[in-house]
Amino acid sequence: MARIVVDPVTRIEGHLRIEAQVEGGMISDAWSSGTMFRGIELILRGRDPREAWIWAQRICGVCTMVHALASVNAVEDALGIEVPDNARLVRNIIAATQTVQDHVIHFYHLHALDWVDIVSALKADPAKTSQLAQSISNWPMSSEKYFKSVQDRVTALVASKQLSLFGAGYWGHPAYHLPPEANLMAVAHYLEALQFQKEFIRIHAVLGGKNPHLQTFLVGGMATVMDPNEPGATVNPERIDFLLQVAKSAQSFVNQVYIPDVLAVAGFYRDWFERGEGLGNFMSYGAYPQGSIKDPANFFLARGIILNRDLSKVHPVDPANVTEYVTHSWYEYSGGDQAAKHPFDGETNPKYSGPKPPYEFLEVDQKYSWLKAPRYQDQPMEVGPLARLLVAYASGQPDVKALVDATLTKLKAPPAALFSTLGRIAARALETQLLANRLTGWVEELGNNLATGNLRIHNGEKWDPKSWPKTARGFGFFEAPRGSLGHWVEIEDQAIKNYQAVVPSTWNAGPRDARGQRGAYEAALIKTPVADPDRPLELLRTIHSFDPCLACAVHVVDARGHTCSRAEA
Amino acid sequence: MRALRGTLPKALSIRGVSRREFVKFCNLMVATLALPPRYLSAVEKALTQSTRPVLVWLEFQDCAGNSESMLRTSNPTVAEFVLDLFSWEYHELIMAGAGKQAEEALERVVREHKGEYIAVVEGAIPTADGGVYCTIGGKTALEIAKHVCGSAAANIAVGACAWDGGLVRANPNPTGALGLQEAVPGLKNLINLGGCPHNPANTAAVLVHYLTFHDLPALDQYSRPLFAYGNIIHDQCERRAHYDAGRFVEEWGDEGHRKGYCLYKMGCKGPEATYNCPTVRWNDGTSWPVKAGHGCIACASHRFWDTKSPFYKRLPSVPGFGVDVTADEIGWVATGAVAAAMVAQVAGNMVRDKMRAKKAAEKASEPLDSRGA
Repeated sequence: MARIVVDPVTRIEGHLRIEAQVEGGMISDAWSSGTMFRGIELILRGRDPREAWIWAQRICGVCTMVHALASVNAVEDALGIEVPDNARLVRNIIAATQTVQDHVIHFYHLHALDWVDIVSALKADPAKTSQLAQSISNWPMSSEKYFKSVQDRVTALVASKQLSLFGAGYWGHPAYHLPPEANLMAVAHYLEALQFQKEFIRIHAVLGGKNPHLQTFLVGGMATVMDPNEPGATVNPERIDFLLQVAKSAQSFVNQVYIPDVLAVAGFYRDWFERGEGLGNFMSYGAYPQGSIKDPANFFLARGIILNRDLSKVHPVDPANVTEYVTHSWYEYSGGDQAAKHPFDGETNPKYSGPKPPYEFLEVDQKYSWLKAPRYQDQPMEVGPLARLLVAYASGQPDVKALVDATLTKLKAPPAALFSTLGRIAARALETQLLANRLTGWVEELGNNLATGNLRIHNGEKWDPKSWPKTARGFGFFEAPRGSLGHWVEIEDQAIKNYQAVVPSTWNAGPRDARGQRGAYEAALIKTPVADPDRPLELLRTIHSFDPCLACAVHVVDARGHTCSRAEA
Repeated sequence: MRALRGTLPKALSIRGVSRREFVKFCNLMVATLALPPRYLSAVEKALTQSTRPVLVWLEFQDCAGNSESMLRTSNPTVAEFVLDLFSWEYHELIMAGAGKQAEEALERVVREHKGEYIAVVEGAIPTADGGVYCTIGGKTALEIAKHVCGSAAANIAVGACAWDGGLVRANPNPTGALGLQEAVPGLKNLINLGGCPHNPANTAAVLVHYLTFHDLPALDQYSRPLFAYGNIIHDQCERRAHYDAGRFVEEWGDEGHRKGYCLYKMGCKGPEATYNCPTVRWNDGTSWPVKAGHGCIACASHRFWDTKSPFYKRLPSVPGFGVDVTADEIGWVATGAVAAAMVAQVAGNMVRDKMRAKKAAEKASEPLDSRGA
């Protein structure tokens, strides 16, 4: 029996540490720990709720904009503001762009190296690589010459003896199964995806001024003014053409590169359809309103909960049932750490009680993480692309059902295969395809509104804080790339009294609760094989399949009555 | 075009690039730095060293937004940085190795390249309670920063958090967060590239500059490169003519907003902020916040989260400033204070004006965006 520690878990956002018990070549227990804390919600107290999104957005720079959107949703909910249709469309376009971008980067730059052995690509025959590429896709960059040039670049890198980012990889690990040609193709697409992500994200630059950290959200709408005749307007006919062109290029990349690659890689790693299963409970708040945000029935991706892998029933989501535990987190609750608290009644008193750094192991039977443990009706939930896809699938959304069924047929796998490490990867790819295809439609709708003179982009009725009630509170939901995101805000005397975020990676990466129930990562790691405890590649595969985002996950909740003891430095 | 040097063919074969590609690339570098053509040979030489300089990128109390921003760089691209220009040996967000292997890679750099490598730092460093608010591999961010940055040839703090503590340090600063230069005083060759996030075009220029000349460009009192932080945003703004003519956005989405009028009344901080945002723009020069319709939040100014918020509050009248004061006056106040310190435009003349700018910077009492900071 051996305790293995992976810290830092790299190729993720933020600071994650995994400790795992390995018995007989298999993980028997695991603990997930977030090792960084900033306290952004504390910092938000007393500030203007209209600018909360600017601050909250900095919770994360990888899934940038998702906290901005959840924040304006929360403040609009509190103040009873309905945004114009154009603002809804622009927000959908920005959000779908973010998710497509994030998923592509995740697959190629954060996850692929768990499955792709770069060094093996040196042995590939470029002619055979070209044949392989052409057999799975009509993507034009597939000539022998092209793959030879990529291989030359890898050869040069290895010959230089300076492997740069790739120096400390697990190359040659027995769990790598791709043939050299598939590895070479994947390396080529790794580089192409680097190029793609920076081109595609120009949609955010047009509609948000920049990426990361967009700057055009407003409580009440967007600052992206529309005018068919003004070159100074953010949205005009020329920009619509540009957005369409970029959105279509994303469709091509996703359909011709990303999807075929995922299917090809999955074919060589079929045993990972049976690993990394995890909790079996899935939750999605639903996202992408196609009408009022108050009515989830019109959402492009449905809202709901699936329990115990039962796809025959979708349970409703009631925000009142979300709570958080700190039993195993470095915080204190007044009234004891055994009971959970709803975000509106939450508290945050950071209190580190772990080992004094530098340390070798955490005290995992005590408190061991800066993440809290969110629960829905006391149940741990997995959130993210797989949860969204399963909820949409089980809800009978026709486009999702057709796509999932067709993919499962191609993979010769039953729906139950989706409850796995590879299932998360497949779900993320399929969601990317759905959104990339839908994105052009939303841009066209925006273009139609522009053409027909529907130019309203902001509802300014409640912009003046004098128009607000003395107190108000509300919440905003969104499905970020990594899963269900909720912001809760309490406003008093025109300022933020209390601000809280319960975010995707807190659901997934959180520690145990008062009853000892594991979080999603911890549960998914059970029974994961580890061939070489010194190089736990398999552990990374399952953890990465969730696409961890730790900066998001660690936050301070509430602070009602809590005075921060630290003076400003 | 200068003839390529004798050692070049070998160097090219090592890099796996054709001669044509290489020449194109060198020209691109020269353009990035806005150097006169005669610097081409220096760039060539820098790019054909048999060993690439080693770079490590440390993330502390961060959101990874600066790492993501770096992925968006075009001149050079991130692939060129990582594969051709540097040996980018540690970067949690994108490196292949994890856990023990990652930590060993970092330790090896400190041990084998002491005093030779570049350390890029992203995120603030918590100093309260023994630094427990950020640990990596069981070690505190502060300990890692002292160890790694203390042995680096140059330290580059990217983004607001690494520069001055940024958002993490905003009141009440729950974790005692500081920027690199305050958390680890006395670091040599430190350069701050503020912004939330940093603009990767500027960082790329600094890296290529360092690669070529083994030196940093001219800096201001905050150790920021003058080429990027020497000019007031308001003076470079495409909406400036509207300001001068008294045409303002009065309400979000109004006719003035659609026509691209000045955002001053909506809280824009452009008149008090310096950055080359309006000229370099973002994401391959596509746009920047003011162009996209929202006011500037002065994200490249010192401790902007506290000093420049509330972000929708109109800037107060300050001597020589106000809507009722003519634009000319504003212009004179702005440019008069540090006219001599300003290096022409964007990355232009970074090298040629280096000595002159340094001297001028010494004379300037404080940076243009330091009010309230």
